[in-house]
Amino acid sequence: MSPEEGIFYVVAGITVIGALGVVLARNVVHSALFLILSLLAVAGVFVLLAAEFLAIVQVLVYGGAVTILVLFAMMLTRVRDMPRALNGPQWPLAAVAAGMIGGISIVAVLDTEWPGETDEATVVSIEEIGNLLFTNWAIPFEIASLVLIVALLGAIILARGEEGE
Amino acid sequence: MIPIDNFLVLSSILFAIGMYGVLARRSALLILMSVELMLQAVSINFVAFAVYLSPEVFTGLVFAIFVIVIAAAEVGLALAIVLRLYRNRQTANVDEADALKW
Repeated sequence: MSPEEGIFYVVAGITVIGALGVVLARNVVHSALFLILSLLAVAGVFVLLAAEFLAIVQVLVYGGAVTILVLFAMMLTRVRDMPRALNGPQWPLAAVAAGMIGGISIVAVLDTEWPGETDEATVVSIEEIGNLLFTNWAIPFEIASLVLIVALLGAIILARGEEGE
Repeated sequence: MIPIDNFLVLSSILFAIGMYGVLARRSALLILMSVELMLQAVSINFVAFAVYLSPEVFTGLVFAIFVIVIAAAEVGLALAIVLRLYRNRQTANVDEADALKW
C-alpha cells in the first residue's frame, strides 16, 4: 500500500465518521459540528485528487459559510427546546433503502472496468480553471451568479418578516 | 496513484449516508445537512471522473464549482424558509408542516 493510499484511507475514514455523526447524533448541534468535520475531510479528498482550488473553495464556502449559517438557523429556531425524537417512525425503512442504494452503487463501481486509468493525477492550475470559466463556461457562470443573487434576495425577503412585525 | 474505485466507493457510501439522513430525520435543518452530504458525494464523483477519465478537458472540475455555488444558494434560501416556517408554526419539524396535505 503506497503512502498516498494510506492518507486516502485516513481522510476517507474521517469523512465517513463525520457523515455518520451527522445522521446519527442525538444532539442537533453535534450534528452540525460533525458536518464541519466531514466537509473539511472532503476538502482533503479534493487535495488527493489534485484539485486544490476546489479544496480551498470547499473550506471557505462550506467550512466557513454554510455550517455557520446552519448553526445560526438552529439558534433562531431554538431546536434544543424540542426534546422529541429526532428520527421519524420510518427510520428502519430509510436505513434499508439507503443501504440498498449504497450497496448497488458500490457493486456497480467495483464491477466496472474504468477506461483510461492514468498513472498520475493531472494538476489543474487555478489560471486554467479561470480561463475555462470565462471562455467555455461563461454563460453558465453568469447564470450561476444570477441564481445566487436571486436566491439571496429571496432569502432576505423571506426571513425579514412582515411590515410592522 | 490511488485507484479511481476508492473515490467512487467513498462517494457511494457518503451518498447512502446522506440519503438515510434525508429519509429518517424529522427536523428540516437535519434534512438540509444530509442534503449537503449528498451534494458532497456528487462533487467527489465529478472531480474523480474529471481527473482520471478526461484529464485534458476538466469539465468535472467546473461542474463541481457550480455544485458548490448552487449548494450555497440552496442553503441560504432553505434556511430562510425554515425560519419562516418556525415563525408561523413554532416548529422546524417537516411532519407538522402539513397545511397542503389533503
